[in-house]
Amino acid sequence: MQIAPPDFDRMFGALADATRRDIVRRAIVGEEGVAELAEHYPMSFAAVQKHIAILERAGMVTKERIGRRKVVRANLERLRVARRLLDQYEELWRGRVARMTALVTDDTKEQNR
Amino acid sequence: MTVTAVRKNPEKLTMTLDAEFDASPERVWQLWADPRQLERWWGPPTYPATVTAHDLRSGGLVEYHMTGPEGNQSHGYWEIVDVDAPHRIVFRDGFANEDGTPSSDMPINEVRVMISEVGGQTRMSIESIFPSAAAMEQVIAMGMEEGLREAVGQIDAILAGDVTSPTAR
Repeated sequence: MQIAPPDFDRMFGALADATRRDIVRRAIVGEEGVAELAEHYPMSFAAVQKHIAILERAGMVTKERIGRRKVVRANLERLRVARRLLDQYEELWRGRVARMTALVTDDTKEQNR
Repeated sequence: MTVTAVRKNPEKLTMTLDAEFDASPERVWQLWADPRQLERWWGPPTYPATVTAHDLRSGGLVEYHMTGPEGNQSHGYWEIVDVDAPHRIVFRDGFANEDGTPSSDMPINEVRVMISEVGGQTRMSIESIFPSAAAMEQVIAMGMEEGLREAVGQIDAILAGDVTSPTAR
């Protein structure tokens, strides 16, 4: 049995905002710096900087120095972890539904006997 | 085909799964309303569930434990929020201590089950809402253990010939 590290909540909290999700989406390509990212949103540079800081603290993005620029890059491993949690829960219910189906199918077989 | 759709929202921590059964809504309802039927699908084959209390009324409790291969048991309960037979059941799914009392340090997730007739088939929609990602992780860890792989294997055998087996994705 494993207990979730506390930063799972921080991770999902960081993703709970539409602007931050969009930043992550752009950061997957990982070509833009903070200033370039800020141009996409109708808000101040400081506000975008704040969003990026929240994502950084949650480990969802990192800033990487490339020459004179600081490029914002998504942490793909983190994104996969978030997705995987829901995938596992899906598996749990798929297993249950398959067993339910087997039970319902059993009666049909008995009726046909 | 049994599971027809799965919608996941990682930001809102919800998962909705739709399944269709070639049976009446009343028959599908029995999977939930008959404790002996419930025991046959709630836990994976290596962690079968034993239902010890089953009061399917608003405010009622369903109590169960799952027994592992080494005889280890994990206890759980449902606190029934709302029931409308044979169409709707809403419950809070929680873990319990060995004496059956609710465990306060374990997460609770709310599950909403809707059963309806669609074109001569029965659609069952299950929506799960987690209070936090940590809670979701814990429920997954408790509910799956190592039994899952085996369950999937058994299911594959049952559904042999069905192209949409649970592992094919």
